[in-house]
Amino acid sequence: MKAVYEKPKSLTDVVTHYCPGCTHGVAHRLVAEVIDDLKLEDRAVGIASVGCSVFAYDYFEVDFQQAAHGRAPAVATGIKRVHPDSVVFTYQGDGDLASIGAAEIVHAAMRGENITVVFINNAIYGMTGGQMAPTTLVGQKASTSPAGRDPDHSGSPIRVCEMLSTLPGVAYLARVSCHDARGIMSAKRSIGKAFQTQLDGEGFALVEILSNCPTNWGMSPVESLEWVKEHMVRYYPLGEFCTPGEGE
Amino acid sequence: MSDLQLFKGNEAVGEAAVRAGCRHFFGYPITPQNELPEYMSWRLPEVGGVFLQAESEVAAINMVYGAGGAGAKAMTSSSSPGISLKQEGISFLAGAEIPGVIVNMVRGGPGLGGIQPAQSDYFQATRGGGHGDYRTVVLGPASLQELVDMTYEAFQIADRYRNPVMVVGDGVMGQMMEPVVFPDMAEVTDPPDWATTGKRGRDNFNLINSLYLDPEELWEHNRKLNDKYRQMTEKEVRWETRATDDADFAFVAYGTTARIVQKAVEQMREDGHAVGLVRPQTLWPFPQEPFDELSDRVDGFRTVEMSLGQMVEDVRLAVQGRVPVQFYGTTGGVMPDYRDIISAMEEMMRKVGGRR
Ligand SMILES: Cc1ncc(C[n+]2csc(CCOP(=O)(O)OP(=O)(O)O)c2C)c(N)n1
Ligand code: SF4
Repeated sequence: MKAVYEKPKSLTDVVTHYCPGCTHGVAHRLVAEVIDDLKLEDRAVGIASVGCSVFAYDYFEVDFQQAAHGRAPAVATGIKRVHPDSVVFTYQGDGDLASIGAAEIVHAAMRGENITVVFINNAIYGMTGGQMAPTTLVGQKASTSPAGRDPDHSGSPIRVCEMLSTLPGVAYLARVSCHDARGIMSAKRSIGKAFQTQLDGEGFALVEILSNCPTNWGMSPVESLEWVKEHMVRYYPLGEFCTPGEGE
Repeated sequence: MSDLQLFKGNEAVGEAAVRAGCRHFFGYPITPQNELPEYMSWRLPEVGGVFLQAESEVAAINMVYGAGGAGAKAMTSSSSPGISLKQEGISFLAGAEIPGVIVNMVRGGPGLGGIQPAQSDYFQATRGGGHGDYRTVVLGPASLQELVDMTYEAFQIADRYRNPVMVVGDGVMGQMMEPVVFPDMAEVTDPPDWATTGKRGRDNFNLINSLYLDPEELWEHNRKLNDKYRQMTEKEVRWETRATDDADFAFVAYGTTARIVQKAVEQMREDGHAVGLVRPQTLWPFPQEPFDELSDRVDGFRTVEMSLGQMVEDVRLAVQGRVPVQFYGTTGGVMPDYRDIISAMEEMMRKVGGRR
């Protein structure tokens, strides 16, 4: 019999701790498929951030470092500057990347650090129980914005790709969504390009993946994907914001 | 053997680090240590290394974390406010067992404080500074030659224990010039087998991590760390005594202050007073032995620091009430005058009196 669907080689057999229906699992699979496709398992070094994906180091069959909250791009910089021939990627949530780690991501991008960033935007702090994130949509309820995010009080959400796209050091920037099969296929293409950008030595690459958090959004998995499509994609337009060679 | 060379303190640290095999430096500007990153910015590329100016001290220490975890001898330097910012990172280095060297050219605090020399970061350096049950070896040089030697050794100690090591100087030490001899250039070694280099044919994957959600597992991890701290306490502790053989009273001082106290000791000896000096060279582990030895013989200790009194707490713990321990200090960036130090000791001698 011919196998038509298999677990990527770069994923371990460990059962993940993600909630049912959470797209963190989908994003992991896509990253692992790209590592397999590009044959990077011997050169890849991942950086797990602080958030629901902190245990990413248990799920990928590659070297990993776990970084302090928000500091993954700095840790990645240290690794990449020591081993320029390794393929270094961070996997970060929106609290990690766009709030506490805002300085680190901006400056890694400014330096054109030759790393790949997988950025999971689920518009909430998942791991700590659903507090407001810098990406939480206006009106969206969170445990620290019980009446919904009020822009007069908390400002309006950060669009990370648009913000970083002004920096000449950035080689590849894309926003994709995991809410349906088409989105997932497009996400895989973008993740592939983001790793290829690093292999080609083009500079900083980031893929923002619009994701769900059924647990803290208080929705079923299906409802949550619907919500990504209806609300998140509207505020966070999908597409490529930079491609290699463009910025110079 | 190299020759004597006239060097500025901050630059001497840089050259000593290069000699030790350090090829990666990450830092952020702050007075009074700027000559060190400036030196590294041209010196490291010369030897095939990397200097990178980070966006903050927070980023710099996390770059050290990444580079050290990838198997490099990496370092960062700063002065007091910047060292405060590095504390979370230092705790992560200790927890994840990553070697790394951190230099603090201490200035007056708290807050933005001043830019003149101080020793008021002693608590921060020796008590962990960051969160959790951890320790760092803290070296306190008193001359530029010792600064060079200790910087060189800091990398060896860091590698030996897979633990961060701190070198604590002050503004005077960073700025002054003295002739020094540098150790020969160490060979740059391959990354150790635990480093995250990418698997490169290895069967297992390497992990650098400090997260243990299971309390029993974390306790076990901390027990393992504690074994290392115990070994450091036994093997890395260093001190020097001057003129203590027949001393009735002894000063305790480290770093730049110890140099000034040394002058006070010489003057007092000339005037016929039997005083000596205990100079801790490691601030952690703190030397217990000289205090066990001297507490039976001297009538008291006078600790002198450029602070409101920090190391004096360790001296009291070491002396354990056997004889009086008193403090004299200047703070805010003011250096103590050796004449005031003499007056302080004379006053103690009058009040405490001789037991014999
Ligand atoms: C310095 C520090 N501050 C706060 C925390 C607590 N904390 C852990 S995870 C997290 C939020 C993570 O949210 P996000 O990055 O959006 O990832 P998600 O869990 O949603 O995947 C916070 C605030 C921490 N570990 N360290
Ligand atoms: S809390 Fe949210 S983000 Fe975290 S695993 Fe559960 S669903 Fe996913």
